[in-house]
Amino acid sequence: MLLLKLAFRNITHAGVRTWLNIIVLSFAFVLIVLTEGLYDGMLQQVRDAEIDSNIGGGQFWQKDYDPYNPFSIELSHSEIPANLKMEIEKGNATAVLITSASIFPRNHIQSVQFKGIDPDQKIVNLPVYILKNETDSSIIPGIIGSRMAKSTGLQADDIVSARWRNINGTFDAGDIKIIKVINTEVKSIDNDQIWIPLKKLRDMMQAPQQATLIILNKNISEIPINNSEWIFKDHKYLLKYLNENIDRKRIYSTFMFVLLIGMALLAVFDTQVLAIFKRRKEIGTLMALGMTKWDVIVLYTLEGCIMGILSFIAGFLYGFPLLTYLAKKGIVLPQIIENTQFSILRILYPKYGLKLYVLTSLILFISVTIVSFLPTHRITKLKPSDALKGKLT
Amino acid sequence: MGDSQIIQISNLVKDYAMGKQFFRALHDVNLSINTGEFCGLVGPSGSGKTTLLNIIGALDNPTGGDIIIMNNSIKDLKNKQAAKLRNESIGFIFQTYNLLPVYTVFENVEFPLLLLKKSKKEREEAVMRALEWVGLSDKVNSRPNQLSGGESQRVAVARAMVKLPRIVLADEPTANLDAANSHNILQTMLKLNLELKTTFIFATHDEKVIRYLRRKVALSDGNVINDIIMN
Repeated sequence: MLLLKLAFRNITHAGVRTWLNIIVLSFAFVLIVLTEGLYDGMLQQVRDAEIDSNIGGGQFWQKDYDPYNPFSIELSHSEIPANLKMEIEKGNATAVLITSASIFPRNHIQSVQFKGIDPDQKIVNLPVYILKNETDSSIIPGIIGSRMAKSTGLQADDIVSARWRNINGTFDAGDIKIIKVINTEVKSIDNDQIWIPLKKLRDMMQAPQQATLIILNKNISEIPINNSEWIFKDHKYLLKYLNENIDRKRIYSTFMFVLLIGMALLAVFDTQVLAIFKRRKEIGTLMALGMTKWDVIVLYTLEGCIMGILSFIAGFLYGFPLLTYLAKKGIVLPQIIENTQFSILRILYPKYGLKLYVLTSLILFISVTIVSFLPTHRITKLKPSDALKGKLT
Repeated sequence: MGDSQIIQISNLVKDYAMGKQFFRALHDVNLSINTGEFCGLVGPSGSGKTTLLNIIGALDNPTGGDIIIMNNSIKDLKNKQAAKLRNESIGFIFQTYNLLPVYTVFENVEFPLLLLKKSKKEREEAVMRALEWVGLSDKVNSRPNQLSGGESQRVAVARAMVKLPRIVLADEPTANLDAANSHNILQTMLKLNLELKTTFIFATHDEKVIRYLRRKVALSDGNVINDIIMN
């Protein structure tokens, strides 16, 4: 208790040295929480967007469907089983029919996928209801994402020729009118894809009642069916690649975490080393007055710990309002961020949980304590008489 | 060790390593000091006075021989026991005052009592009494950097005396002070020696101090060459 009082007294009386350390440490603390919060927020947004706009509560896949095998696409469609049809009619699911096709923008050929979806569906967050606005039945209305628009040079109201095959393998062709270019955060519903009305695509493919996949409502995690043609894919499966990608990104976040902690700890370590060098005469005096070497070591370590605690308080005082403000208003990302493997997030909302605060505080506190202790081991070798002379043995 | 004898030094040797060689700072020193003495280890620089004072104060260990202080053999003392001995029984006064810079005068003087775990009331009474002895009652809230050299050394004397130690060790206490301040400090220490029967041991080559000593132990090259008790 006495050493704690003395350490606190030393810290509060030390002036600029203390405040500089507290500023550096608290800044590191706030920055770590913000960085981690940004990552957590980004990952949460990406997951939410993926679920919201693409995978819903899970999907039933036609057994031959493999999104990573382009040759499987044309074969992977079957009639929808009766109970899934019922769920679609009840508004608990929506069907998507997928086929490979080619379009010819700017006199070039480009492979794409046509994705047929019911314009009245409310299962995924896609503004496909706009497709109903096209009244000319000779035109195929289509919606594309901004990435697709960029890669093809297509804009709203453009008409582009397209070629596809029906389920019998016969080529057919027609014109697609781009009704709208949508800004979606989700890459997997954008790249090389054109969304068209399900009924239209079924007609084009001569595949009535057929679908490639069925997307369930977000609130439904599975519907039992007894049909070997259709296989249920849950979130774990559908988010596997995203999660793996996220885990890879986590390495950067961990690196940032270590870097920031390292910088803060270096400041503490330097201060401690300097303090022991600068205060060696004081160390000698403390020993002459009756302190043991271990008392002095504990005193110096406690000074570091208290500095850590004061930093958390300072960080909390100015960091909490700042972090809360950023979490509410979000951070607008520059355009350059769009070229990432992730979904486009135009505004990033950091997300800080209690776990993040507690864990960061705990890690920083333990690290500060260790780093405060490490340089003090020299004191154990120090003779009081040498310390009084200003020597470090 | 007699009742009045507070320090008994026998065949004391102190060597310092200098590379692969050793430098002998003290050669077979034999000395006994009684309670209430006002004595000094005198001699030129390098004669071994500070080394001897440090060993008496349990700040350093002897290479050979022994010092018995109040029935404690210095060479057998563990780190913690040495700290306890210093804390309870020995006061130190240094040439450069060695006040703790972040503390006020009051807090500096109070510090040894905190280590002794005295109550707040006891501490306050003892600190104010010690500051009265040295005439600094009006400086309780000053910081060391606001004090003159003479005032700083008086604070150091108060800090050494506040716990009423049996022994006070003063290493060149007047070296940084002018004649008037030196006289003032020495008068104060002499008064405390007479009133409280505290044993004072100085390491000095300052004539101003030597004039006040009642016993002069002259050292040269680590040997006691003279031991004069003044009447």
